[in-house]
Amino acid sequence: MSLSFLLLAVAALCALSFYFGRQRAVALSGGRHSNLHSLPVHYGAYTAAWCGLPALFLLLIWYMFQGSVIEALIVSDLPQEVIGDSGRLSLALNSISQIAAGGGEHLTVSPEIVDAGRRLANLQTIANAALVVVMLSVALAGLVLSYRRIEADMRARNNVERISRAIMIVCSAIAILSTIGIVFSLMFETLHFFSKINPLDFLFGLEWSPQTAIRADQVASEGAFGMIPLFVGTLLITLIAMCVAVPVGLFSAIYMGEYAAPKFRAVAKPALEILAGVPTVVYGFFAALTVAPFLRDNGAILGLDVSSESALAAGLVMGIMIIPFVSSLSDDVMSQVPKSLRDGSYALGATKSETIRQVIFPAALPGIVGAVLLAVSRAIGETMIVVMAAGLAANMTVNPLQAVTTVTVQIVTLLVGDQEFDSAKTLSAFALGLVLFLVTLGLNVFALKVVQKYREKYD
Amino acid sequence: MAAVSQSAMTAEPSVEKPKMTARKLDLFYSDNQALYEVNLDIPEQQVTALIGPSGCGKSTFLRCLNRMNDTIDGVTIKGDVTLDGRDIYDKRIDVVQLRARIGMVFQKPNPFPKTIYDNVAYGPRIHGLVNSRDELDEIVMTSLERAGLLKEVKDRLQSPATGLSGGQQQRLCIARAVAVSPEVILMDEPCSALDPIATAKVEELIDELRSNYTIVIVTHSMQQAARVSQRTAFFHLGKLVEVGETDQIFTNPKDERTKGYITGRFG
Repeated sequence: MSLSFLLLAVAALCALSFYFGRQRAVALSGGRHSNLHSLPVHYGAYTAAWCGLPALFLLLIWYMFQGSVIEALIVSDLPQEVIGDSGRLSLALNSISQIAAGGGEHLTVSPEIVDAGRRLANLQTIANAALVVVMLSVALAGLVLSYRRIEADMRARNNVERISRAIMIVCSAIAILSTIGIVFSLMFETLHFFSKINPLDFLFGLEWSPQTAIRADQVASEGAFGMIPLFVGTLLITLIAMCVAVPVGLFSAIYMGEYAAPKFRAVAKPALEILAGVPTVVYGFFAALTVAPFLRDNGAILGLDVSSESALAAGLVMGIMIIPFVSSLSDDVMSQVPKSLRDGSYALGATKSETIRQVIFPAALPGIVGAVLLAVSRAIGETMIVVMAAGLAANMTVNPLQAVTTVTVQIVTLLVGDQEFDSAKTLSAFALGLVLFLVTLGLNVFALKVVQKYREKYD
Repeated sequence: MAAVSQSAMTAEPSVEKPKMTARKLDLFYSDNQALYEVNLDIPEQQVTALIGPSGCGKSTFLRCLNRMNDTIDGVTIKGDVTLDGRDIYDKRIDVVQLRARIGMVFQKPNPFPKTIYDNVAYGPRIHGLVNSRDELDEIVMTSLERAGLLKEVKDRLQSPATGLSGGQQQRLCIARAVAVSPEVILMDEPCSALDPIATAKVEELIDELRSNYTIVIVTHSMQQAARVSQRTAFFHLGKLVEVGETDQIFTNPKDERTKGYITGRFG
């Protein structure tokens, strides 16, 4: 029985137990629901939960351990000289699992391995069958036990409450744990990288050229891993993007929120938010194929030397991408400013723009700062546009007309290379990723703090 | 019924020296009519109280007097409102200047999220009433003094206004309105969010302000109307039912509905 059938069977059992639990509660009530502590559905949900959840939990545990337990059983029967050598062992295990999966005819292996392969296939069949039996019996046992516990004064409602709380805790734990998992996966590779390169050189080095020799006999540069040029490039592009996004986003938010007629607003606001729905790769080729050549040609007319991949092109387009972030977030905070403040200002004879400038904007400022910081962290982490439009040259420059490169671009190029995985070049991608993550995390936390502080003020 | 209210109107004709007048004022929120042919005179340097059950249109009427209803979508107004004999709904009237002449205090204290000083200085600054910092200081101090708040806040003028208590905030809003030197001050239930002590202070203040300003106050409390006002107008279902000297309205109302309301039979 495959996994999906097993899950279906458990789901069916749950449905059944819901029905039975409810029936039993109705029967106990003698026709009057007020005789029960809880509603009949609560009893149903209670039995269903006790039928399904332990079984699912068991499944999870089972799959976590099945592989390693079976492997241990197989390994213990292999000849001593295979177990002793980790290289041979993993080779042998590979062949064994191939044979077990029904392949491996082309392998030239010793009879012990073939034997082990057969035994592995056997064990797997047994394990699967056992899983079906155990899981279904756990589900059934849950059903029967909870069914028998149903009484008129049993607090099924409170029980269901507790169960649903537990489910929510598990969900949030998954979300939080995956963040921690990401951090750890970055951290181990980063530590690995720092064992090859001095962290101080990485953090404060002014030169970035990660080309190292692929083979030992190759002639190549030593490689320099100073991240400063990359961060300068990132910050330059982010700065250009914010110069576009903040004024345009803010003013369009003010116009949409305060001046526009409702009819116009109903059309224009979704239209503006379409910008947020454009895939970043589309922005990327817009930047590379339209904006960059435009800037280069017009720069030539003005006598400026604009390279065909420039920080300016990437920054401008990224700014356009971020406009909807800034505008819809700041529109939200400004519309949260209470009407009484507007009225107070109008009643003193202030005009609309005076009211916005002197009352609404200062009141909404913390929220707007929060919105801008969120947009900044979005810009720093943005990859696609800069990959396509900003270039790869790690120039240490603040001239927006030249090609620069960013942290994200370098991570992409480092990881799509054909270098072996534990070279300093590849590992540096993880270190860059970790630093980037920490920077955007810090910005986000700060932004959320600011926004929170603002919320408290008017609640 | 119309005949009764008509007789009430004729029994107390328009006052001798009205600061503001409303004639045949109709107001619609989209299709719902909220005011029906309201005729009312506001005498100069007196307190006029508008009373009536919730939803009777007294706040709506008040907001017609400084055109605050302009900020609400879908409001249509017919009839005339005058200030010193000039129609305030005339196209040539600058609504911004009008509101500088007719100040307003709201139900809930609404200080701006600025310092105490900046709250009071807001109006003088936007209207360019002062030429120097000293003049501005002067206006802020006198306004706070007039609102009876100076003693309590003079040591913390630069701290945020939102840190004041509710009653202090409301007096700050009065100071803010006074700072523009309006001729009329409209008050929309100014004490409904305040405790009895703060209420007493604000009422005292209203009585003092009467010597310099014309005041119109909407209130739910009949005792308050009796305490602070010289004239009282009773609104019911969007109509002005009866208006007259406060004493007369409370001791000898002519209309049955007024009598019913002030004796607590409905409302």
